[in-house]
Amino acid sequence: MENILLRDNVADLEGYFACGGYKPLKKALTAGPAAVIEEVKKSGLRGRGGAGFPAGLKWSFIPRDAQGPRYLVCNADEGEPGTFKDRELMIKNPHALIEGMAIAAFAIGASHGYIYIRGEFFAETEILEKAIAAARAKGFIGKNILGSGFNFELFVHRGAGAYICGEETALLESLEGFKGQPRLKPPFPAVKGLFGGPTIINNVETLAAVPAIIEHGGDWYAAIGVGKSTGTKLFCVSGPVNKPGVYELPLGVPFKDFLEKNCGGMKEGKKLKAVIPGGSSTPVLTAAEAMAVKLDYESLAAAGSMLGSGAVIIIDESQCMVKLLQVLARFYHHESCGQCTPCREGCGWIEKILNRLEAGKGSVKDIDTLYSVADSMLGRTICPLADAMAMPAMSFVTKFRSEFEAHAAGKCCE
Amino acid sequence: MPFLTDEFKEKAARLCAKYPRKDAALIPLLLELQKEKGFVAEDAMDALAKFLELPYARVKGVVTFYTMFNREPVGKYHLQVCRNISCHMAGAPDILAHLKGKLGIAEGETTRDGLFTLSTVECLGACGAAPVMQVNDDYFESLTVEKLNTVLDDLKHGRLRARGL
Repeated sequence: MENILLRDNVADLEGYFACGGYKPLKKALTAGPAAVIEEVKKSGLRGRGGAGFPAGLKWSFIPRDAQGPRYLVCNADEGEPGTFKDRELMIKNPHALIEGMAIAAFAIGASHGYIYIRGEFFAETEILEKAIAAARAKGFIGKNILGSGFNFELFVHRGAGAYICGEETALLESLEGFKGQPRLKPPFPAVKGLFGGPTIINNVETLAAVPAIIEHGGDWYAAIGVGKSTGTKLFCVSGPVNKPGVYELPLGVPFKDFLEKNCGGMKEGKKLKAVIPGGSSTPVLTAAEAMAVKLDYESLAAAGSMLGSGAVIIIDESQCMVKLLQVLARFYHHESCGQCTPCREGCGWIEKILNRLEAGKGSVKDIDTLYSVADSMLGRTICPLADAMAMPAMSFVTKFRSEFEAHAAGKCCE
Repeated sequence: MPFLTDEFKEKAARLCAKYPRKDAALIPLLLELQKEKGFVAEDAMDALAKFLELPYARVKGVVTFYTMFNREPVGKYHLQVCRNISCHMAGAPDILAHLKGKLGIAEGETTRDGLFTLSTVECLGACGAAPVMQVNDDYFESLTVEKLNTVLDDLKHGRLRARGL
Protein backbone atom coordinates (compact mmCIF):
# COMPACT_ATOMS: atom_id res chain seq x y z
CA MET A 1 0.00 0.00 0.00
CA GLU A 2 0.92 3.62 -0.41
CA ASN A 3 2.62 5.34 2.52
CA ILE A 4 0.55 7.75 4.57
CA LEU A 5 3.38 9.34 6.55
CA LEU A 6 6.73 8.72 4.90
CA ARG A 7 6.17 10.23 1.50
CA ASP A 8 8.56 11.71 -1.01
CA ASN A 9 8.50 15.28 -2.33
CA VAL A 10 6.36 16.70 0.48
CA ALA A 11 9.18 18.19 2.56
CA ASP A 12 8.35 21.75 1.48
CA LEU A 13 5.03 23.52 1.47
CA GLU A 14 4.69 23.50 -2.34
CA GLY A 15 5.16 19.74 -2.50
CA TYR A 16 2.82 19.18 0.43
CA PHE A 17 0.20 21.38 -1.23
CA ALA A 18 0.50 19.50 -4.49
CA CYS A 19 -0.51 16.33 -2.63
CA GLY A 20 -3.62 17.92 -1.15
CA GLY A 21 -1.92 19.24 1.96
CA TYR A 22 -3.88 21.51 4.33
CA LYS A 23 -7.19 20.53 2.72
CA PRO A 24 -7.94 18.30 5.73
CA LEU A 25 -7.45 21.33 8.01
CA LYS A 26 -10.08 23.23 6.06
CA LYS A 27 -12.39 20.22 6.25
CA ALA A 28 -11.86 19.94 10.00
CA LEU A 29 -12.56 23.64 10.59
CA THR A 30 -15.84 23.25 8.72
CA ALA A 31 -16.83 20.00 10.45
CA GLY A 32 -16.32 21.27 14.01
CA PRO A 33 -14.36 19.94 17.02
CA ALA A 34 -16.80 17.18 18.05
CA ALA A 35 -16.87 15.71 14.54
CA VAL A 36 -13.04 15.72 14.37
CA ILE A 37 -12.73 13.89 17.69
CA GLU A 38 -15.38 11.41 16.57
CA GLU A 39 -13.50 10.70 13.34
CA VAL A 40 -10.20 10.15 15.18
CA LYS A 41 -11.97 7.85 17.67
CA LYS A 42 -13.46 5.91 14.77
CA SER A 43 -10.01 5.53 13.18
CA GLY A 44 -8.73 3.62 16.19
CA LEU A 45 -5.47 5.62 16.03
CA ARG A 46 -3.33 4.80 19.06
CA GLY A 47 -0.40 6.65 20.58
CA ARG A 48 2.75 5.94 18.59
CA GLY A 49 5.20 7.00 21.27
CA GLY A 50 5.07 3.70 23.09
CA ALA A 51 2.00 3.46 25.30
CA GLY A 52 -0.54 2.86 22.51
CA PHE A 53 -3.38 4.78 24.17
CA PRO A 54 -6.30 5.63 21.81
CA ALA A 55 -5.71 9.21 20.61
CA GLY A 56 -9.36 10.24 20.15
CA LEU A 57 -10.24 9.04 23.63
CA LYS A 58 -7.31 10.98 25.09
CA TRP A 59 -8.55 14.14 23.37
CA SER A 60 -12.01 13.69 24.86
CA PHE A 61 -10.61 13.72 28.42
CA ILE A 62 -10.38 17.52 28.48
CA PRO A 63 -13.19 18.63 30.79
CA ARG A 64 -15.93 20.41 28.82
CA ASP A 65 -16.24 23.21 31.33
CA ALA A 66 -12.48 23.78 31.64
CA GLN A 67 -11.62 27.46 31.97
CA GLY A 68 -8.47 29.22 30.82
CA PRO A 69 -6.01 28.37 28.05
CA ARG A 70 -5.63 24.80 26.84
CA TYR A 71 -2.44 23.44 25.34
CA LEU A 72 -1.42 20.91 22.73
CA VAL A 73 2.08 19.49 23.07
CA CYS A 74 3.89 17.32 20.57
CA ASN A 75 6.38 14.90 22.06
CA ALA A 76 9.38 14.95 19.70
CA ASP A 77 11.84 14.02 22.44
CA GLU A 78 12.73 10.86 20.55
CA GLY A 79 15.16 9.11 22.87
CA GLU A 80 14.12 5.52 23.43
CA PRO A 81 17.22 3.59 22.36
CA GLY A 82 16.64 2.09 18.94
CA THR A 83 14.09 4.74 17.94
CA PHE A 84 14.73 7.13 15.04
CA LYS A 85 11.38 7.28 13.25
CA ASP A 86 10.17 10.73 14.34
CA ARG A 87 13.42 12.27 13.14
CA GLU A 88 12.87 10.79 9.67
CA LEU A 89 9.22 11.84 9.68
CA MET A 90 10.03 15.44 10.66
CA ILE A 91 12.67 15.65 7.92
CA LYS A 92 10.52 14.13 5.17
CA ASN A 93 7.05 15.37 6.07
CA PRO A 94 7.10 18.23 8.59
CA HIS A 95 3.83 19.72 7.36
CA ALA A 96 1.87 16.56 8.19
CA LEU A 97 2.88 17.17 11.82
CA ILE A 98 2.05 20.88 11.69
CA GLU A 99 -1.31 20.29 10.00
CA GLY A 100 -2.04 17.42 12.41
CA MET A 101 -1.33 19.75 15.31
CA ALA A 102 -3.57 22.50 13.92
CA ILE A 103 -6.42 19.99 13.54
CA ALA A 104 -5.84 18.46 16.99
CA ALA A 105 -5.65 21.91 18.59
CA PHE A 106 -8.95 22.87 16.96
CA ALA A 107 -10.53 19.63 18.21
CA ILE A 108 -9.49 20.18 21.82
CA GLY A 109 -9.80 23.97 21.80
CA ALA A 110 -6.10 24.70 22.34
CA SER A 111 -4.83 28.15 21.49
CA HIS A 112 -1.16 27.32 21.93
CA GLY A 113 0.98 24.41 20.89
CA TYR A 114 4.56 23.41 21.56
CA ILE A 115 6.73 20.87 19.80
CA TYR A 116 9.15 19.62 22.43
CA ILE A 117 12.09 18.33 20.40
CA ARG A 118 15.21 16.76 21.84
CA GLY A 119 18.06 19.25 22.04
CA GLU A 120 20.43 17.18 19.90
CA PHE A 121 18.14 17.52 16.86
CA PHE A 122 19.51 20.87 15.63
CA ALA A 123 18.84 20.23 11.95
CA GLU A 124 15.32 18.96 12.61
CA THR A 125 14.57 22.02 14.77
CA GLU A 126 15.51 24.28 11.87
CA ILE A 127 13.35 22.25 9.48
CA LEU A 128 10.34 22.57 11.78
CA GLU A 129 10.84 26.28 12.38
CA LYS A 130 11.06 26.96 8.64
CA ALA A 131 8.00 24.81 7.97
CA ILE A 132 5.98 26.56 10.70
CA ALA A 133 6.97 29.96 9.28
CA ALA A 134 5.83 28.84 5.82
CA ALA A 135 2.53 27.54 7.21
CA ARG A 136 2.05 30.76 9.17
CA ALA A 137 2.63 32.85 6.03
CA LYS A 138 -0.21 30.98 4.34
CA GLY A 139 -2.56 31.44 7.29
CA PHE A 140 -2.59 27.83 8.53
CA ILE A 141 -1.04 28.84 11.86
CA GLY A 142 -1.74 32.05 13.75
CA LYS A 143 -4.83 34.18 14.11
CA ASN A 144 -8.20 33.45 12.49
CA ILE A 145 -6.98 30.36 10.62
CA LEU A 146 -8.53 30.22 7.12
CA GLY A 147 -11.13 32.73 8.23
CA SER A 148 -12.61 30.34 10.78
CA GLY A 149 -12.06 32.51 13.83
CA PHE A 150 -9.82 29.79 15.30
CA ASN A 151 -6.45 30.99 16.64
CA PHE A 152 -3.49 28.69 17.12
CA GLU A 153 0.10 29.66 17.86
CA LEU A 154 2.75 26.97 17.46
CA PHE A 155 6.28 27.03 18.85
CA VAL A 156 9.28 24.70 18.82
CA HIS A 157 10.93 24.13 22.18
CA ARG A 158 14.29 22.36 22.43
CA GLY A 159 15.21 20.03 25.27
CA ALA A 160 18.74 19.75 26.56
CA GLY A 161 19.57 16.06 26.88
CA ALA A 162 17.45 13.97 29.24
CA TYR A 163 15.77 10.70 28.25
CA ILE A 164 13.21 11.09 31.03
CA CYS A 165 11.68 14.11 29.27
CA GLY A 166 10.06 11.69 26.83
CA GLU A 167 7.72 10.79 29.71
CA GLU A 168 4.81 13.20 29.28
CA THR A 169 4.72 14.81 32.71
CA ALA A 170 8.53 15.12 32.84
CA LEU A 171 8.25 16.77 29.44
CA LEU A 172 5.77 19.30 30.88
CA GLU A 173 8.12 20.06 33.78
CA SER A 174 10.96 20.56 31.32
CA LEU A 175 8.81 22.75 29.06
CA GLU A 176 8.09 24.95 32.09
CA GLY A 177 11.82 25.34 32.71
CA PHE A 178 12.35 22.81 35.47
CA LYS A 179 14.31 19.59 35.91
CA GLY A 180 12.51 16.82 34.05
CA GLN A 181 11.04 14.99 37.02
CA PRO A 182 7.71 13.25 36.34
CA ARG A 183 4.57 14.40 38.13
CA LEU A 184 2.19 12.28 40.14
CA LYS A 185 -1.02 11.38 38.32
CA PRO A 186 -3.83 12.27 38.93
CA PRO A 187 -4.31 15.01 38.06
CA PHE A 188 -3.78 13.88 34.49
CA PRO A 189 -2.44 16.44 32.01
CA ALA A 190 -5.84 16.58 30.24
CA VAL A 191 -7.19 18.14 33.45
CA LYS A 192 -4.11 19.96 34.77
CA GLY A 193 -1.07 19.98 32.53
CA LEU A 194 1.17 22.64 31.06
CA PHE A 195 1.13 25.88 33.10
CA GLY A 196 -1.77 24.32 35.00
CA GLY A 197 -4.04 24.26 31.96
CA PRO A 198 -5.75 21.27 30.32
CA THR A 199 -3.13 19.72 28.04
CA ILE A 200 -2.95 16.96 25.46
CA ILE A 201 0.43 15.43 24.66
CA ASN A 202 0.83 13.28 21.56
CA ASN A 203 3.79 11.76 19.76
CA VAL A 204 4.98 13.14 16.38
CA GLU A 205 3.82 10.06 14.48
CA THR A 206 0.37 10.13 16.12
CA LEU A 207 -0.27 13.76 15.19
CA ALA A 208 1.13 13.36 11.67
CA ALA A 209 -1.46 10.64 10.98
CA VAL A 210 -4.38 12.98 11.75
CA PRO A 211 -4.62 14.87 8.40
CA ALA A 212 -4.99 11.60 6.45
CA ILE A 213 -7.68 10.40 8.87
CA ILE A 214 -9.65 13.63 8.42
CA GLU A 215 -9.17 13.52 4.65
CA HIS A 216 -10.18 9.88 4.09
CA GLY A 217 -12.26 9.23 7.20
CA GLY A 218 -11.86 7.16 10.35
CA ASP A 219 -13.34 4.04 8.74
CA TRP A 220 -10.76 4.14 5.97
CA TYR A 221 -7.91 4.27 8.51
CA ALA A 222 -9.48 1.58 10.71
CA ALA A 223 -9.61 -0.77 7.71
CA ILE A 224 -5.79 -0.71 7.54
CA GLY A 225 -3.96 -2.96 9.97
CA VAL A 226 -5.46 -5.68 12.11
CA GLY A 227 -8.09 -5.68 14.88
CA LYS A 228 -7.50 -2.91 17.40
CA SER A 229 -4.10 -2.19 15.83
CA THR A 230 -5.32 0.10 13.09
CA GLY A 231 -3.43 2.07 10.49
CA THR A 232 0.20 2.12 9.49
CA LYS A 233 3.18 2.28 11.85
CA LEU A 234 6.71 3.43 11.37
CA PHE A 235 9.15 0.66 12.20
CA CYS A 236 12.78 1.63 12.64
CA VAL A 237 15.19 -1.24 12.44
CA SER A 238 18.78 -1.22 13.63
CA GLY A 239 21.35 -3.96 14.00
CA PRO A 240 23.03 -6.31 11.53
CA VAL A 241 20.44 -6.40 8.74
CA ASN A 242 21.17 -5.51 5.13
CA LYS A 243 18.86 -2.52 5.02
CA PRO A 244 18.47 -0.81 8.38
CA GLY A 245 16.16 2.21 8.35
CA VAL A 246 12.59 3.39 8.79
CA TYR A 247 9.71 1.52 7.15
CA GLU A 248 6.02 2.38 7.11
CA LEU A 249 3.87 -0.75 7.21
CA PRO A 250 0.31 -1.67 8.09
CA LEU A 251 0.21 -2.97 11.67
CA GLY A 252 0.08 -6.75 11.86
CA VAL A 253 2.89 -7.57 9.43
CA PRO A 254 4.70 -10.79 10.42
CA PHE A 255 8.18 -10.03 11.78
CA LYS A 256 9.58 -12.76 9.52
CA ASP A 257 8.36 -10.97 6.39
CA PHE A 258 9.54 -7.62 7.71
CA LEU A 259 13.02 -8.97 8.34
CA GLU A 260 13.32 -10.82 5.05
CA LYS A 261 11.51 -8.49 2.65
CA ASN A 262 11.88 -4.97 4.03
CA CYS A 263 15.15 -5.26 5.90
CA GLY A 264 16.80 -7.44 3.26
CA GLY A 265 17.50 -10.22 5.77
CA MET A 266 20.46 -10.63 8.11
CA LYS A 267 23.88 -9.46 6.96
CA GLU A 268 26.05 -12.21 5.52
CA GLY A 269 27.48 -14.42 8.24
CA LYS A 270 25.13 -13.05 10.92
CA LYS A 271 22.59 -15.32 12.55
CA LEU A 272 19.54 -13.98 14.40
CA LYS A 273 19.70 -14.53 18.15
CA ALA A 274 17.20 -12.11 19.67
CA VAL A 275 14.98 -9.14 18.89
CA ILE A 276 13.98 -6.19 21.04
CA PRO A 277 10.75 -5.34 19.23
CA GLY A 278 9.71 -1.91 20.51
CA GLY A 279 12.69 0.02 21.83
CA SER A 280 15.14 -0.85 24.61
CA SER A 281 12.48 -0.82 27.35
CA THR A 282 10.44 -3.66 25.86
CA PRO A 283 11.07 -7.30 26.82
CA VAL A 284 13.45 -9.15 24.49
CA LEU A 285 12.22 -11.98 22.26
CA THR A 286 14.27 -15.01 21.29
CA ALA A 287 14.81 -15.59 17.56
CA ALA A 288 12.15 -18.33 17.56
CA GLU A 289 9.63 -16.11 19.36
CA ALA A 290 10.33 -13.21 17.01
CA MET A 291 10.00 -15.31 13.85
CA ALA A 292 6.50 -16.36 14.98
CA VAL A 293 5.20 -12.94 15.99
CA LYS A 294 3.25 -10.28 14.14
CA LEU A 295 4.09 -6.64 14.55
CA ASP A 296 1.04 -5.13 16.22
CA TYR A 297 0.01 -4.12 19.75
CA GLU A 298 -1.96 -7.29 20.60
CA SER A 299 0.35 -9.89 19.00
CA LEU A 300 3.42 -8.49 20.72
CA ALA A 301 1.60 -8.29 24.06
CA ALA A 302 0.53 -11.92 23.64
CA ALA A 303 4.18 -12.82 22.99
CA GLY A 304 5.11 -11.18 26.31
CA SER A 305 6.57 -7.99 24.87
CA MET A 306 5.32 -4.68 23.50
CA LEU A 307 5.06 -2.79 20.23
CA GLY A 308 6.45 0.25 22.06
CA SER A 309 7.82 2.89 19.70
CA GLY A 310 8.28 0.43 16.83
CA ALA A 311 12.05 0.37 17.32
CA VAL A 312 13.12 -3.09 16.23
CA ILE A 313 16.60 -3.88 17.51
CA ILE A 314 18.13 -6.95 15.85
CA ILE A 315 20.67 -8.91 17.89
CA ASP A 316 22.86 -11.58 16.27
CA GLU A 317 24.62 -14.63 17.69
CA SER A 318 27.97 -12.83 18.04
CA GLN A 319 26.55 -10.51 20.71
CA CYS A 320 26.85 -11.21 24.44
CA MET A 321 23.49 -10.70 26.19
CA VAL A 322 25.18 -9.88 29.51
CA LYS A 323 27.20 -7.12 27.86
CA LEU A 324 24.13 -5.73 26.08
CA LEU A 325 22.13 -5.66 29.31
CA GLN A 326 25.08 -3.90 30.96
CA VAL A 327 24.94 -1.25 28.20
CA LEU A 328 21.22 -0.77 28.87
CA ALA A 329 21.64 -0.71 32.66
CA ARG A 330 24.35 1.96 32.39
CA PHE A 331 21.91 3.98 30.30
CA TYR A 332 18.91 3.64 32.65
CA HIS A 333 21.04 4.31 35.70
CA HIS A 334 22.34 7.48 34.05
CA GLU A 335 18.86 8.59 33.00
CA SER A 336 16.91 7.86 36.20
CA CYS A 337 15.75 11.27 37.47
CA GLY A 338 16.45 10.18 41.04
CA GLN A 339 13.00 11.00 42.37
CA CYS A 340 11.81 7.47 43.32
CA THR A 341 13.98 5.21 45.42
CA PRO A 342 13.22 1.89 43.62
CA CYS A 343 14.37 3.40 40.31
CA ARG A 344 17.30 5.49 41.53
CA GLU A 345 18.75 2.67 43.62
CA GLY A 346 17.49 -0.27 41.56
CA CYS A 347 19.00 0.89 38.26
CA GLY A 348 22.29 1.44 40.07
CA TRP A 349 22.21 -2.00 41.70
CA ILE A 350 21.45 -3.69 38.41
CA GLU A 351 24.33 -1.90 36.72
CA LYS A 352 26.70 -2.80 39.56
CA ILE A 353 25.76 -6.49 39.44
CA LEU A 354 26.24 -6.54 35.68
CA ASN A 355 29.59 -4.81 35.98
CA ARG A 356 30.59 -7.57 38.40
CA LEU A 357 29.39 -10.34 36.10
CA GLU A 358 31.13 -8.74 33.12
CA ALA A 359 34.36 -8.48 35.07
CA GLY A 360 34.21 -12.20 35.87
CA LYS A 361 33.72 -11.45 39.56
CA GLY A 362 30.04 -12.37 39.82
CA SER A 363 28.27 -15.38 41.23
CA VAL A 364 25.09 -17.32 40.45
CA LYS A 365 23.52 -15.63 43.46
CA ASP A 366 24.12 -12.31 41.68
CA ILE A 367 21.85 -13.43 38.84
CA ASP A 368 19.00 -14.08 41.24
CA THR A 369 19.63 -10.79 43.03
CA LEU A 370 19.54 -8.99 39.69
CA TYR A 371 16.17 -10.55 38.90
CA SER A 372 14.73 -9.83 42.30
CA VAL A 373 15.89 -6.19 42.26
CA ALA A 374 14.20 -5.77 38.87
CA ASP A 375 11.06 -7.50 40.10
CA SER A 376 10.83 -5.17 43.09
CA MET A 377 11.10 -2.08 40.86
CA LEU A 378 8.12 -2.98 38.65
CA GLY A 379 5.09 -0.74 39.14
CA ARG A 380 6.46 0.97 42.23
CA THR A 381 7.46 4.35 40.87
CA ILE A 382 5.86 7.58 39.66
CA CYS A 383 6.77 6.97 36.01
CA PRO A 384 7.61 3.88 33.94
CA LEU A 385 11.40 4.41 33.78
CA ALA A 386 11.89 1.79 36.49
CA ASP A 387 9.75 -0.64 34.48
CA ALA A 388 11.80 0.24 31.42
CA MET A 389 14.88 -1.06 33.23
CA ALA A 390 13.15 -3.98 34.91
CA MET A 391 11.48 -5.41 31.78
CA PRO A 392 14.64 -5.94 29.71
CA ALA A 393 16.54 -7.08 32.85
CA MET A 394 14.00 -9.78 33.71
CA SER A 395 13.54 -10.95 30.12
CA PHE A 396 17.28 -11.08 29.38
CA VAL A 397 17.94 -13.12 32.53
CA THR A 398 14.98 -15.45 31.96
CA LYS A 399 15.57 -16.13 28.27
CA PHE A 400 19.36 -16.13 28.18
CA ARG A 401 20.16 -17.41 31.66
CA SER A 402 22.91 -19.75 30.44
CA GLU A 403 24.96 -16.76 29.28
CA PHE A 404 24.64 -15.12 32.71
CA GLU A 405 25.61 -18.41 34.37
CA ALA A 406 28.65 -18.74 32.12
CA HIS A 407 29.75 -15.28 33.24
CA ALA A 408 29.16 -16.25 36.87
CA ALA A 409 31.41 -19.27 36.28
CA GLY A 410 34.11 -16.95 34.95
CA LYS A 411 33.64 -17.72 31.25
CA CYS A 412 33.17 -14.33 29.69
CA CYS A 413 32.52 -13.61 26.06
CA GLU A 414 35.23 -11.04 25.61
CA MET B 1 24.58 41.92 34.61
CA PRO B 2 27.90 42.17 32.83
CA PHE B 3 27.59 38.69 31.37
CA LEU B 4 24.41 39.25 29.43
CA THR B 5 24.92 41.32 26.31
CA ASP B 6 22.24 43.59 24.88
CA GLU B 7 21.99 41.23 21.94
CA PHE B 8 21.33 38.35 24.32
CA LYS B 9 18.69 40.33 26.19
CA GLU B 10 16.91 41.13 22.94
CA LYS B 11 16.89 37.47 22.00
CA ALA B 12 15.79 36.57 25.52
CA ALA B 13 12.78 38.88 25.29
CA ARG B 14 11.72 37.15 22.06
CA LEU B 15 12.16 33.69 23.60
CA CYS B 16 10.32 34.57 26.81
CA ALA B 17 7.36 35.84 24.76
CA LYS B 18 6.70 32.30 23.54
CA TYR B 19 5.49 31.31 27.02
CA PRO B 20 2.90 32.63 29.48
CA ARG B 21 5.61 32.57 32.17
CA LYS B 22 9.06 33.87 31.34
CA ASP B 23 10.90 31.27 33.45
CA ALA B 24 9.72 28.62 30.97
CA ALA B 25 12.39 30.02 28.67
CA LEU B 26 15.13 28.97 31.11
CA ILE B 27 16.38 26.00 29.09
CA PRO B 28 16.29 27.76 25.69
CA LEU B 29 18.13 30.70 27.27
CA LEU B 30 20.78 28.44 28.77
CA LEU B 31 21.25 26.86 25.34
CA GLU B 32 21.68 30.38 23.91
CA LEU B 33 24.24 31.26 26.59
CA GLN B 34 26.13 28.07 25.91
CA LYS B 35 26.23 28.87 22.20
CA GLU B 36 28.31 31.95 22.95
CA LYS B 37 31.09 30.37 25.00
CA GLY B 38 30.65 26.64 24.60
CA PHE B 39 29.79 26.22 28.27
CA VAL B 40 27.68 27.72 31.03
CA ALA B 41 29.85 29.31 33.71
CA GLU B 42 28.78 29.87 37.31
CA ASP B 43 28.63 33.66 36.84
CA ALA B 44 26.51 33.22 33.71
CA MET B 45 24.04 31.11 35.72
CA ASP B 46 23.99 33.80 38.36
CA ALA B 47 23.34 36.54 35.80
CA LEU B 48 20.58 34.53 34.15
CA ALA B 49 18.95 33.79 37.50
CA LYS B 50 18.80 37.53 38.24
CA PHE B 51 17.55 38.29 34.74
CA LEU B 52 14.68 35.79 35.09
CA GLU B 53 14.13 36.64 38.77
CA LEU B 54 14.75 33.06 39.82
CA PRO B 55 16.74 31.56 42.67
CA TYR B 56 20.26 30.65 41.59
CA ALA B 57 19.60 27.08 42.80
CA ARG B 58 16.80 26.66 40.25
CA VAL B 59 19.16 27.56 37.40
CA LYS B 60 22.02 25.45 38.68
CA GLY B 61 19.65 22.53 39.29
CA VAL B 62 18.55 22.65 35.67
CA VAL B 63 22.10 23.01 34.32
CA THR B 64 23.28 19.97 36.27
CA PHE B 65 20.21 17.89 35.35
CA TYR B 66 20.52 18.10 31.55
CA THR B 67 23.51 16.48 29.89
CA MET B 68 23.85 18.95 27.03
CA PHE B 69 25.01 21.73 29.34
CA ASN B 70 28.78 21.90 29.73
CA ARG B 71 29.98 23.41 32.97
CA GLU B 72 33.60 23.55 31.81
CA PRO B 73 35.04 24.93 28.59
CA VAL B 74 35.11 22.39 25.77
CA GLY B 75 37.33 22.19 22.69
CA LYS B 76 36.46 23.78 19.37
CA TYR B 77 35.04 20.44 18.33
CA HIS B 78 33.06 18.46 20.88
CA LEU B 79 33.14 14.80 19.79
CA GLN B 80 30.21 12.96 21.36
CA VAL B 81 30.21 9.24 20.68
CA CYS B 82 26.96 7.32 21.19
CA ARG B 83 27.49 4.22 23.31
CA ASN B 84 23.96 2.85 23.50
CA ILE B 85 22.81 -0.56 22.30
CA SER B 86 22.58 -0.17 18.51
CA CYS B 87 25.81 1.82 18.29
CA HIS B 88 27.49 -0.60 20.71
CA MET B 89 26.63 -3.56 18.46
CA ALA B 90 27.85 -1.63 15.41
CA GLY B 91 31.28 -1.02 16.89
CA ALA B 92 31.04 2.10 19.08
CA PRO B 93 33.67 0.72 21.51
CA ASP B 94 36.17 0.53 18.63
CA ILE B 95 35.29 4.05 17.52
CA LEU B 96 35.82 5.34 21.05
CA ALA B 97 39.09 3.44 21.50
CA HIS B 98 40.38 4.77 18.19
CA LEU B 99 39.55 8.36 19.14
CA LYS B 100 41.21 7.99 22.54
CA GLY B 101 44.36 6.58 20.94
CA LYS B 102 44.52 9.06 18.09
CA LEU B 103 43.84 12.14 20.22
CA GLY B 104 45.74 10.90 23.27
CA ILE B 105 42.92 11.84 25.65
CA ALA B 106 40.39 10.03 27.82
CA GLU B 107 36.65 10.62 27.98
CA GLY B 108 35.84 14.05 29.34
CA GLU B 109 39.23 15.47 28.35
CA THR B 110 40.30 18.10 25.83
CA THR B 111 43.38 17.98 23.61
CA ARG B 112 46.14 20.41 24.57
CA ASP B 113 45.65 22.47 21.43
CA GLY B 114 42.03 23.03 22.51
CA LEU B 115 40.67 21.52 19.31
CA PHE B 116 38.92 18.37 20.51
CA THR B 117 36.91 17.34 23.56
CA LEU B 118 35.86 13.68 23.77
CA SER B 119 32.61 12.56 25.42
CA THR B 120 30.33 9.56 25.37
CA VAL B 121 26.61 10.12 25.12
CA GLU B 122 23.45 8.02 25.18
CA CYS B 123 21.20 7.24 22.22
CA LEU B 124 21.23 10.07 19.67
CA GLY B 125 18.19 8.75 17.79
CA ALA B 126 20.00 7.79 14.60
CA CYS B 127 20.34 4.05 15.24
CA GLY B 128 19.78 2.99 11.62
CA ALA B 129 23.10 4.61 10.76
CA ALA B 130 25.06 3.31 13.76
CA PRO B 131 27.70 3.94 14.95
CA VAL B 132 26.99 7.64 15.30
CA MET B 133 28.93 10.59 16.68
CA GLN B 134 27.74 14.12 17.20
CA VAL B 135 30.25 16.93 16.64
CA ASN B 136 28.89 20.24 17.94
CA ASP B 137 25.50 20.51 16.20
CA ASP B 138 26.04 17.86 13.54
CA TYR B 139 25.67 14.11 13.25
CA PHE B 140 28.28 11.88 11.62
CA GLU B 141 26.76 8.52 10.80
CA SER B 142 27.74 4.98 9.74
CA LEU B 143 31.23 5.59 11.10
CA THR B 144 34.23 3.41 10.35
CA VAL B 145 37.79 3.98 11.54
CA GLU B 146 38.71 5.22 8.04
CA LYS B 147 35.78 7.61 7.91
CA LEU B 148 36.65 8.83 11.39
CA ASN B 149 40.22 9.60 10.33
CA THR B 150 38.94 11.67 7.40
CA VAL B 151 36.49 13.56 9.64
CA LEU B 152 39.19 14.34 12.22
CA ASP B 153 41.58 15.46 9.51
CA ASP B 154 38.97 17.67 7.88
CA LEU B 155 38.01 19.21 11.22
CA LYS B 156 41.63 19.86 12.09
CA HIS B 157 42.18 21.72 8.84
CA GLY B 158 38.88 23.55 8.95
CA ARG B 159 37.63 21.84 5.82
CA LEU B 160 34.19 20.96 7.18
CA ARG B 161 31.69 23.75 6.95
CA ALA B 162 28.60 22.29 8.49
CA ARG B 163 26.23 23.75 11.04
CA GLY B 164 28.01 24.78 14.19
CA LEU B 165 31.45 23.77 12.89
